[in-house]
Amino acid sequence: MSEISATRRRLVVIGNGMAGARTVEEVLERSGPERFEVTMIGSEPYGNYNRILLSHLLAGEEADGDIYLNPTEWYESHGVRLLSGVTATRIDRYAKLVNTDDPTTPTVRYDQLVIATGSTSFLPTMEGMYTDDGAFVAGVFPFRTLDDTRGMIAYARHDHSTRAVVIGGGLLGLEAARGLQSHGLSVDVVHAGTHLMSAQIGPDAGAVLQRSVDRLGIGVHLRARTTALLGSERITGIRLQDGTELPCDMVVIAAGIRPNVELASRSGFTVERAIVVDDAMRTLDDDDVYAVGECVQHRGEVYGLVAPVWEQAVVLADVLTGADPTAAYHGSRTSTKLKVAGVPVAAMGLQAPERDTDEHLVFAEPRRGIYRSLVIRDDKLVGATVVGDESKVAFLTQAYDRGMPLPEERLRMMFDLADGGGDVAVEDLPDDLQVCNCNGVDKGALVHAVQDGCTTVQSVMDRTRAGKGCGSCKVQVCAIVEWAAGGALTVDPSANWYVPGIPLDKPALMAAIRAQHLTSVSAVFAALAPAGAEDARSKMALASLLKMMWDDEYVDERDARFINDRVHANIQRDGTFSVVPQMRGGVTTPDQLRRIADVAEKFDAKLVKLTGGQRIDLLGIRKEDLPQVWADLGMPSGYAYGKSFRTVKTCVGQDFCRFGVGDSTQLGIDIETRYQGLESPAKLKLAVSGCPRNCAESYVKDIGVVAIEGGRWEVYVGGAAGAHIRKGDLLCTVDNPETAVTIVGRFIQYYRENANWLERTYSFVPRVGLERLQAILVDDSDGIAADLDEAVARSVAAYQDPWQQDAAAPATSGQFRTSLPLEVLPKVPVR
Amino acid sequence: MTAATTVNLGPVDQIPLAEGRAFAVDGRQIAVFRLRDGTVRALDAVCPHRGGPLADGQLDAEVVLCPLHMNAYRLADGCSTTGQPPVAAYQVTVDDHGDLRVQIG
Ligand code: SRM
Ligand SMILES: Cc1cc2nc3c(=O)[nH]c(=O)nc-3n(C[C@H](O)[C@H](O)[C@H](O)COP(=O)(O)OP(=O)(O)OC[C@H]3O[C@@H](n4cnc5c(N)ncnc54)[C@H](O)[C@@H]3O)c2cc1C
Ligand code: SF4
Ligand code: FES
Repeated sequence: MSEISATRRRLVVIGNGMAGARTVEEVLERSGPERFEVTMIGSEPYGNYNRILLSHLLAGEEADGDIYLNPTEWYESHGVRLLSGVTATRIDRYAKLVNTDDPTTPTVRYDQLVIATGSTSFLPTMEGMYTDDGAFVAGVFPFRTLDDTRGMIAYARHDHSTRAVVIGGGLLGLEAARGLQSHGLSVDVVHAGTHLMSAQIGPDAGAVLQRSVDRLGIGVHLRARTTALLGSERITGIRLQDGTELPCDMVVIAAGIRPNVELASRSGFTVERAIVVDDAMRTLDDDDVYAVGECVQHRGEVYGLVAPVWEQAVVLADVLTGADPTAAYHGSRTSTKLKVAGVPVAAMGLQAPERDTDEHLVFAEPRRGIYRSLVIRDDKLVGATVVGDESKVAFLTQAYDRGMPLPEERLRMMFDLADGGGDVAVEDLPDDLQVCNCNGVDKGALVHAVQDGCTTVQSVMDRTRAGKGCGSCKVQVCAIVEWAAGGALTVDPSANWYVPGIPLDKPALMAAIRAQHLTSVSAVFAALAPAGAEDARSKMALASLLKMMWDDEYVDERDARFINDRVHANIQRDGTFSVVPQMRGGVTTPDQLRRIADVAEKFDAKLVKLTGGQRIDLLGIRKEDLPQVWADLGMPSGYAYGKSFRTVKTCVGQDFCRFGVGDSTQLGIDIETRYQGLESPAKLKLAVSGCPRNCAESYVKDIGVVAIEGGRWEVYVGGAAGAHIRKGDLLCTVDNPETAVTIVGRFIQYYRENANWLERTYSFVPRVGLERLQAILVDDSDGIAADLDEAVARSVAAYQDPWQQDAAAPATSGQFRTSLPLEVLPKVPVR
Repeated sequence: MTAATTVNLGPVDQIPLAEGRAFAVDGRQIAVFRLRDGTVRALDAVCPHRGGPLADGQLDAEVVLCPLHMNAYRLADGCSTTGQPPVAAYQVTVDDHGDLRVQIG
């Protein structure tokens, strides 16, 4: 390394996790790169990522790339030297050197040092956890790092993985269980405590939470200690203390955390439960060495959540840069506000009354998964637990944090009474109320950002970091920003718009289209787009929406269609097309097969392939040949190219299969015949299986129907097994195939009317919520079931097979003319 | 240096409104687009990204989107608004007989 300039202090940070990186950011913000030459040493081979989001990553709600807080380029552009994938092995306090395990940079010099080594998963002693060479047996995972999480996802996706056991029923364990479930595994949680989340909430709240967890289909075993992991090559099960064995293919250990203190104790620092620091975050042993994050013990407390860690980082940066030499950390009141496996849980202070004079208010509604408990002492809130409901949490947090006087009528703290007086409006919240508990952003900071000229919610979030931790405060952040802007807020362009070119969300867009009777895409642009400007990116979505809304009345402008929908085939990399004829329910005949074979030969199809959708794909067909191909086939389009109803896969079912309890093939054919080709916001793929063995993969389809004993049929919605994997939710069980056809159509229509463009059912169903869908579609709570049935029937009646239509005569001049006139197509390899 | 030559591509109504069609001209492939306002634009027919057929793309008054990976090219000058290399743009007009005339060279 080059000579170090005399004026720049060498700041070295060990640990590139959430605390270390935040400290460096805060330091740079206060002093810029001129004063410090910063080096970060991190064991993990990455930039800095948001550890909290690992549970979202596991559940497939967040993509791998989206969880980075600072990618490696950030370090470069901020002049921070990052030694990633490097572990600090010893601190030499006398020479002011850090030794590392990296032969290319064995030592790093510091003037000031920050230890931010975080924690690791606590691994209880269990037999059979390790192989002879000390590695975990295949299928055993702790849950702490990105690598752990990637490993879990890969393993969960293996075909041999069908059951998982999570050891630990706290926050992390429940999140892991939920995440693994989304990969189609059945999951049991084994917890040594007497109730779930025993570190944060009391037994009664735990019992209510457990009901919600049970309902998710996660098995819970309490007071259960795991003594052994079974299986030698890979995990086959676990054994509990009482001898019970639970078979499983993978084990996730989420039994708590232990601060990483070996480095510090080896180097002579005072370590009790963690590295001991004073109010300036300084170690007791060396004035130039500080520690921050989960690896520290401050006034006897060790924290395991990010909010305190970030308060510490801010104090430390003030001290290091001299921005505020007297800055002091006084400890954090930990009120937690979390979503555990989708269930909101808030906990603060005492779990239960301790003195005779303490007031205790409890409300439990286990059926709805709701529990509220308040402990009041001397007219102050000293403890609260809320499960399953967020409405009162902001108020309670405020009352707890600030010791506010409480309403005389205590019920107000629990419920919104008729006059609404119980809820605190945004304007009444005090400025120093912490809104984002992850990043420690208070209401005042949000208001300030708006006053400083941030005009969108997104820009306020970027500026303040509010909402960028676990994301659970986003609703409140939006409300405050909107209020602060007093109507002057510019909505983030396109955030809620149905299409980028028209500033309206779907309900408003549909209402305007109806009110102004806009039946063509160009009419929509002229009436609703800014300056009446057309927008190429919006055309396809509008064409689909208008067709859905107007059926026969829709004025079809071909330019509004994507090329696939103009020529009713799927464009390929070389500009040729693939042709997939319809084969309802995957059933074909020798005659059809013969015609397909003839066409394949006559038009020199470069590949004839069975698709994953139970039909046959002819690939590498030239655009010019499409009309003749269709004419020769004499089969309807299979719509393998559209954002539309695609296929219904079926299994052989009751007529042939010895297990079949319903005629799945016929029901599949009936469904496909009725709803074929209907345009929808995104693809719809269906399946019907003749029994719960599920050979047609109905559980992972947008809509899946499964015959069950007794002549009944289960209808699942929102399943997926593509880029995302999700088991569908059971919408209802019906008594006969006719009702199944109706319910399927009703769901399709509701989805068509309410989903965002390109929002597959695997996102739509959880967004709307299964209970709400059941209410609307099954119980007809909103009284719209008949309208939906009627609307879908109209679309069905308006349906025309595009191949038969356009094979006879082209719809536009040059519809099938090649767009690469000098190229000899196809260019795909011949098999 | 060769002087620019003008080539007649035939009637403009070969191209439906707001669509594009490709022509082979003098060893080049040129995509001609007919905007909704009746004016015409011409670009190289091949997308520099991975060879997609631009004449199959969707367009508005400003850009055409390649159908393969949705890169956008300005109809006026062929510059990409999505960070791809530009495509060549050609002068093209509709003459009094309603024929397309493209200038190359
Ligand atoms: C032909 C086929 C593969 C095969 O050889 O079997 C296929 C081919 C394509 N799939 Fe698929 N998918 C095919 C079955 C599937 C399946 C399995 C199934 O349908 O049972 C899935 C998983 C289920 C699902 O849809 O989620 C599947 C999930 C995808 C996805 C991921 C969607 C997602 O959100 O998870 C895409 C990408 C997209 O839609 O944006 C995709 C996109 C594509 C496209 C259309 C890419 C494109 O836009 O050009 C491929 C066209 C290739 C071509 O040149 O023709 N394909 N694709 C299958 C046609 C089935 C049929 O008969 O209609
Ligand atoms: C799956 C999951 C979900 C969570 N969800 C929440 C939540 O919802 N809300 C919440 O408040 N908190 C949550 N947490 C906790 C939160 O992530 C931690 O509080 C936070 O990450 C602590 O930051 P830290 O910097 O102290 O430790 P870490 O983020 O663990 O960073 C420490 C870093 O130091 C590195 N390191 C250790 N030793 C060395 C060495 N000798 N040399 C070099 N590098 C070293 C480690 O590799 C690591 O990268 C969650 C944690 C996990 C694992
Ligand atoms: S998996 Fe990918 S490559 Fe294969 S067909 Fe589907 S989209 Fe194309
Ligand atoms: S080939 Fe045109 S965008 Fe990829």
